[in-house]
Amino acid sequence: MQFLNYRLVIFALVTIFGIVFSIPSFLQTDDGKKISLGLDLQGGLHMLLGVETQKAVEGKIKSIAATVKYFSDNEDILIEDLTIHKDNLNFILLDSDESSKVDTMLAEIKGLDINKGADLVYTIQLTPIETEVVKDLAVGQAVETIRNRLDQFGLAEPSVTRQGKVDIVVELPGIKTPQEEQRARELIAKPANLELMEVNELKSDQVYKMTAEEAKDIGNLILEDTNNPNIKYLVKQIPILTGSEVVDAKVAFDQQTNSPIINFTLSTFGAKVFGDFTSRSIGKRLAVVLDGKVFSAPSIRERIGGGSGQISGNFTVQEAGNVAIALRSGALPAPVLMLEKRSVGPSLGADSINASMLALASGFLLVVLFMIVYYGRAGVISNVALVTNLFIIIAVMAMFGATLTLPGMAGIVLTVGMAVDANVIINERIRELLKQGKSVHKSIEDGYKNAMSAILDANVTTLLVAVILYVYGTGPIKGFAITISIGILASMITAILGTHGIYQAFLPKIAKDKNLKKWFGVN
Amino acid sequence: MEIFKSNKTYNFMGKRLPFLAFSSLLVITSFVLLFTKGLHLGIDFSGGTLVQVQYTKPAPIQDIRDILAQNEKFAKASVTEYGSLEEIIIKIPTISTSIGNDIGDDLRAILQPTGTFDVRRVDMVGPKVGDALQEKGIMALSLALLVILIYVSFRFEWRFAIASILALIHDISIALGAIVLFSVDVNLDILAAILTILGYSLNDTIIVFDRIREGVTTSKENELNTVVNESVSNTLSRTTLTSLTTFLTVLTLYLFGGEIISGFSFTLLVGIVVGTYSSIFIAASFLVQLNFSISSYRESEALKEKRSKEKDKLRAQFEQGTV
Repeated sequence: MQFLNYRLVIFALVTIFGIVFSIPSFLQTDDGKKISLGLDLQGGLHMLLGVETQKAVEGKIKSIAATVKYFSDNEDILIEDLTIHKDNLNFILLDSDESSKVDTMLAEIKGLDINKGADLVYTIQLTPIETEVVKDLAVGQAVETIRNRLDQFGLAEPSVTRQGKVDIVVELPGIKTPQEEQRARELIAKPANLELMEVNELKSDQVYKMTAEEAKDIGNLILEDTNNPNIKYLVKQIPILTGSEVVDAKVAFDQQTNSPIINFTLSTFGAKVFGDFTSRSIGKRLAVVLDGKVFSAPSIRERIGGGSGQISGNFTVQEAGNVAIALRSGALPAPVLMLEKRSVGPSLGADSINASMLALASGFLLVVLFMIVYYGRAGVISNVALVTNLFIIIAVMAMFGATLTLPGMAGIVLTVGMAVDANVIINERIRELLKQGKSVHKSIEDGYKNAMSAILDANVTTLLVAVILYVYGTGPIKGFAITISIGILASMITAILGTHGIYQAFLPKIAKDKNLKKWFGVN
Repeated sequence: MEIFKSNKTYNFMGKRLPFLAFSSLLVITSFVLLFTKGLHLGIDFSGGTLVQVQYTKPAPIQDIRDILAQNEKFAKASVTEYGSLEEIIIKIPTISTSIGNDIGDDLRAILQPTGTFDVRRVDMVGPKVGDALQEKGIMALSLALLVILIYVSFRFEWRFAIASILALIHDISIALGAIVLFSVDVNLDILAAILTILGYSLNDTIIVFDRIREGVTTSKENELNTVVNESVSNTLSRTTLTSLTTFLTVLTLYLFGGEIISGFSFTLLVGIVVGTYSSIFIAASFLVQLNFSISSYRESEALKEKRSKEKDKLRAQFEQGTV
């Protein structure tokens, strides 16, 4: 038989493929697709966050209330008892003649369930469909917001993706220190809810005697000062403006105190609302509220046009930076909670790589030596297949941009042990036939044929388990399933087709040699 | 080199009852351990926080315990040495849902007086996630068994499928027993190891069963015990060799793979030994106990053959246009 046969050709092509495509990963070249290391190997932060979507619905109700208030103030429509609850708001319209005006205005807001009771008591809530839409948007917006913030934070390759209905996965490779990690987490968690609120000047002196309940009954809120919790403000519950109208925010320095402040710019609509309010409220105080704390409450001396403002408080430069980033990238529409966190320091990752590399190298060496000692040249042929198998695993993973995790490394080590299985089965079959006195040619051909069904059934079942592991596993475990699967599939080509091709190529030589001890390790 | 002479037949089935009794003892012991001491669920499934801390000198474990005990938040924390004298693991049964400031940050702050250290790992799993992972884990295990049952029934016969599933349950029970005995924390990686044992042990069993199937269909032998003995003896060399190579590689993983992967490799080591033992001594015994009948298997195979031949004949006739 001639040296070249189709099996050998396929095996050679696959080997070349394996080597070429695994070079970028081995040499860590700049070009070409490489295997990326999982967070458990290179260090980094993985978080699963849950969005409290119910709070987004409450926020939406609040903003509808602000719209109703702005409209009624502007059109001089008299309304009373505008209050907001968990998922609805109500108010009483005093003049029934204005009813159609109010109805037209409310009709412009989509997705409302409006209940007009006796005595013109309006109860407004979101329709069930709109509620779902708001919740869904909240998660989408939270993903966008967190992504924006992390992009501006300046980390390499942050990844923010949505998982399921309300969960968000955040992955931050390349976090070096716990301090850096904490800063990134603070940035993500910052709600950055900016509210401009009107101080209730009429009752402001009673604030220290009032309970939160009493304040709520008159449509007000008691808020604390950010620097001194003993200073309290009584503000109207419905904000004049919210952070959603902020289009830009920058860190600047106060000219007198030289401490960091944040300058923000409002949208055109926001500027108009702000201008209208300030011209109406000269002499009153305006509270700048960030995440439920009053940062400042200056008195309004004149109408403020131009739509810009500032937040001052005892910020450090870093805090001011965080607030500015958070304001620019928008508020989180709902609070976000930590459900799961896995953070690995870079030194631990490096240790894991070293340890698993050592395991891989020594395991590989043991298997290779064992095969040569036990099977002679047949063992060498199996080892060629084994090496190719490793190259293919690396190459295929690189091609698909798969991530190598610690369990993935364990999968490769295990594959080394299992991939020679096919060759052990085949070699044992060939030995059996040789002992029965069959010719070398016949022994090899029948050996492969007899071994086939066992190898196939064994590999299919392992593959099935690996697929289940992939489907039901999370993160790193998926990596284990991937390397095992690729290893099994590759072993079908290398251990079965490849070694068969090599035997066929050397068949004339083996037949002439007649030294079964040298070739198959038997007498 | 050769370890087992392939022409020698060992009488495995003749001694199957003592082996079955030995296995039953192991399985029962494992179940007793499972129900008395119980699995030690790690944070992946039970929820909680795990912090790995490395000190520059041997960790002052007693000091750390004292400091943590004084703090209400960490009163339930456990501190254990991890791999080396310098490294410790602190486990806290709760988590903090705040993203900005978490338990890890607090811990770092209150441990400041204990020396110079590096927080190398913080894992936090909320109860919701833990429950979901547990559910997924049980689902994966049951699904794997079901898929195997179907595949083996389809490729072999239902008695083979039942026998292989029983062998798998045998292997997994004993592996779980060992996990309980050695107080290994059951996390996701242990689940992966259990599923790997499942696939691996099945691998071994199937190769033995494949030989039995071959023996049943090709030889003239009518005595099941003889066929089984021959098949197990013929595959003995392969079974032990493959197990040996895999055992060696996993052993290197266990010895050199570092503490983080030791639970995984330990489980695999136990699984490989038990899986190999069951493939040789137990799996085929189940087949005999289930009264697998050679003659009826041959009949049904002949029937299948006949049917497929008839089908081919019909197709040939159809293609030639004679029908």
